[in-house]
Amino acid sequence: MAQHPQVATAPAGTPTNLSQGSKTKGGIGESTLRPDGTLKVTGEFAYSSDMWHEDMLWGHTLRSTVAHAEIKSIDIGEAVAMPGVYAVLTYDDLPTEVKNYGLEIQDTPVLAHGKVRHHGEPVALVAADHPETARRAAAKIKIEYAELPLITDEASATAPGAILVHEGRDDHHIGHVPHPNIVHRQPIVRGNADEAAARADVVVKGEYTFGMQDQAFLGPESGLAVPSEDGGVELYVATQWLHSDLRQIAPVLGLPEEKVRMTLSGVGGAFGGREDLSMQIHACLLALRTGKPVKIVYNRFESFFGHVHRHPAKLHYEHGATKDGKLTHLKCRIVLDGGAYASASPAVVGNASSLSVGPYVVDDVDIEAIALYTNNPPCGAMRGFGAVQACFAYEAQMDKLAAKLGMDPVEFRQLNAMEQGTIMPTGQPVDSPAPVAELLRRVKAMPLPPEQQWLAAGEEADVRALPGGLSNTTHGEGVVRGIGYAVGIKNVGFSEGFDDYSTARVRMEVVGGEPVATVHTAMAEVGQGGVTVHAQIARTELGVTQVTIHPADTQVGSAGSTSASRQTYVTGGAVKHTCEKVREKVLELGRRKFGSYHPAWATAELLLEGGKVVTDGGEVLADLVDVLEGDAVDLELEWRHRPTEAFDLVTGQGHGHVQYSFAAHRAVVEVDTELGLVKVIELACAQDVGKALNPLSVVGQIQGGTTQGLGVAVMEEIIVDPKTAKVLNPSFTDYLIPTILDTPTIPVDVLELADDHAPYGLRGIGEAPTLSSTPAVLAAIRNATGLELNRTPVRPEHLTGT
Amino acid sequence: MRVNFTVNGRQQEADDVWEGESLLYVLRERMGLPGSKNACEQGECGSCTVRLDGVPVCSCLVAAGQVEGREVVTVEGLADYAKQRAEHGGCATGTCGTSLDAAKSWEARPLDGQAGEQGELSPIQQAFIDAGAVQCGFCTPGLLVAADELLERNAEPSDADIREALSGNLCRCTGYEKILDAVRLAAARQEEAV
Repeated sequence: MAQHPQVATAPAGTPTNLSQGSKTKGGIGESTLRPDGTLKVTGEFAYSSDMWHEDMLWGHTLRSTVAHAEIKSIDIGEAVAMPGVYAVLTYDDLPTEVKNYGLEIQDTPVLAHGKVRHHGEPVALVAADHPETARRAAAKIKIEYAELPLITDEASATAPGAILVHEGRDDHHIGHVPHPNIVHRQPIVRGNADEAAARADVVVKGEYTFGMQDQAFLGPESGLAVPSEDGGVELYVATQWLHSDLRQIAPVLGLPEEKVRMTLSGVGGAFGGREDLSMQIHACLLALRTGKPVKIVYNRFESFFGHVHRHPAKLHYEHGATKDGKLTHLKCRIVLDGGAYASASPAVVGNASSLSVGPYVVDDVDIEAIALYTNNPPCGAMRGFGAVQACFAYEAQMDKLAAKLGMDPVEFRQLNAMEQGTIMPTGQPVDSPAPVAELLRRVKAMPLPPEQQWLAAGEEADVRALPGGLSNTTHGEGVVRGIGYAVGIKNVGFSEGFDDYSTARVRMEVVGGEPVATVHTAMAEVGQGGVTVHAQIARTELGVTQVTIHPADTQVGSAGSTSASRQTYVTGGAVKHTCEKVREKVLELGRRKFGSYHPAWATAELLLEGGKVVTDGGEVLADLVDVLEGDAVDLELEWRHRPTEAFDLVTGQGHGHVQYSFAAHRAVVEVDTELGLVKVIELACAQDVGKALNPLSVVGQIQGGTTQGLGVAVMEEIIVDPKTAKVLNPSFTDYLIPTILDTPTIPVDVLELADDHAPYGLRGIGEAPTLSSTPAVLAAIRNATGLELNRTPVRPEHLTGT
Repeated sequence: MRVNFTVNGRQQEADDVWEGESLLYVLRERMGLPGSKNACEQGECGSCTVRLDGVPVCSCLVAAGQVEGREVVTVEGLADYAKQRAEHGGCATGTCGTSLDAAKSWEARPLDGQAGEQGELSPIQQAFIDAGAVQCGFCTPGLLVAADELLERNAEPSDADIREALSGNLCRCTGYEKILDAVRLAAARQEEAV
């Protein structure tokens, strides 16, 4: 008997301000199916690596083989002479004085000049008529390097006389950082942690290490640049934010932004790894130089060098608690390795510090987070963005404290859980539901999977259900079970005073005898399901069934980034807002055409439902077809969430965040203590989503985020050789991501407590589940083995002491 | 070199194929069939899975020359392959594949995730849409080919069977739970249909 797809459970609290005109089929709250689903299952959906153009060339990037060196010379002679090669470009060929780019700090060279700062940095570009020709030509470029000393950690970065990764910094952080090899520093001081520590009956300290995780999206960095007749370029590319790319690309090319026309092509996952530019400028440079369309597709090896990773971190934590289990204070120091270029490091620092306390009430804190410049691979945005590293540490601390006090770890967390009204360490009150204790209660209440699942009555052990699986390493002897819990807090949207707006264009007209709405935004659909939800919002607000989603491009205003769990909130909010204004215009049109026929046009609240104009009493006044016949309503509007403010650079105080989201996990693991192999049996999640606009997609996002957290708990890590700063495992053979055999059942309990400040009461959902799944798995492994385990990922040698 | 083989039931000829080119490259760049995906190109992720004489293989690991005279089915031909199997009870005769007319009918459909009235999708394709197993969708073509092959030889797979059969296909978005749902759903529908 098949189990039909699981959807979200019924809400616990029923918000009062959520539903509106849901009589139109396919509106919000329904599990509407993806509009791109059919194309994706037939293989017709055009991802960025599928783009093709008549007479197209292939671009290839030559990357540095060393991590830190002066470039003494580059000889492109042999490469240029190869048959089939159309162009070879180096730093000297850049067309303008703008030779760097960056999200916040423009410190990243388009092509290395003078020196390279990390292994895999782009040095030269080739365009040729076959990808293999381009690769072979690049291999013939001769570069002479003079290697420099390496900066690889905090000690080497801040040592007396340390070489500066970036000399002559002039960015706005340089004035307040203690050393030029520190990108940004954010302290948070509230209350008096030293005085509070004196009240503590128990104090626990811990040092935690979080490895470098990769986004490992499956669709490689790729795109197609086509030179246009006006001297500009059209770029079809997979990205998370078209307008941010455009702002960085145009100056390097020496073109006004209107001459760089960008269209989103199919995106095969992102998870933060497409916030920074990869091949965008390179493809445009080659296309403009050769006058031909140029496609660049990274292979997996290059992809590991082509995007920034999750910051590895060292976290030093000290907590105290009274003997009745109340937290007294937190002192912590978080050191994030940002690698060679700044990318999103400043914002990651802000998140790591402001969320370092977790979803708990602690009045007295002394917090510091920094990000380093080193010669390691650049790190930036990845799902969870600074909050993930902190959650790993504070959740380990909660378990240590509970153990020291002899308390149940879940009850200890509940005793200290924040709630609506709690003041964050930044001084900001939490002004929407914060059901931390309830989420923990829910995951704890879920039924546990049966013990020793590998044994079915009267049969031999099914090794597939055991740690080691088909490798047949055990039949159950030496296998022990453990259970662990964790909960986390993540901010939603861009924080610290960022003008975090989005834009939507909505058009309503009659097409083929039916009212049709067209929604045009620049939102990057990266798999999260925004395109599905935008159609649902338009149906709900405009009462039409037919909604066309216009392809995302730069012909409409910016939608901001598909990151920070913000797109449904912000671009969804922009679609809702614009639809509301379109609705007003449609009603004005109706009043002009039909107002004299019925007094309700002037007196009643009017809605659009089921293709008709109806009164709030349900009386139908007109068909939308008749109202719109011969006319079209078309509006493009921006929409913003509530403003935020920067954190004070000394005290860390400030209303920096818009909204928080919360998730809790319970992990059940089985560990083969002899071989050090872990099998995660179940990873249950409870999350508050405010309002599930599409329950099917919500659960999918939570399960996906949970699995990425599982990955970093037990297998995922980019390994950088500390002696050479070279990446040792840039492939899917050596960088492991969870397979379907590594991933357990993930039951999901969805709570819907409306945030009154957000559209429909919704809450950003994509990132929170990535926070707590890692510490929950670690807690379960500790529970099974009794080991301390202060590092993630956990490897067999950590479990066997070998 | 020249390579002759059958793709989705149609005879194909590829000229000037370089000896090192993979079947994946030939399908994507020479045949205009980009459905098989290029995620790792070293046989680790399964995104490029196709049937070669009925056997699922990573097309990135197959040299183009190896397919001379053989039959390949890609995700683009999966619906027709499944249809022929349902009608003829197997595909050993070489009659499975997509006609030109059928190929032309692969067009964007207007309604969210719904196949057209003719129902051109195979049961596993429709189940992936219905179960929410498609997110970014990059892993989907390879998973569909692998899952379809599983259901062909095992109509009622257990969860352990599904996990074993799909263990060579990485997905980064979904957490696999909805992929399991989709395979269970397709199996159940198949059972109901019999």
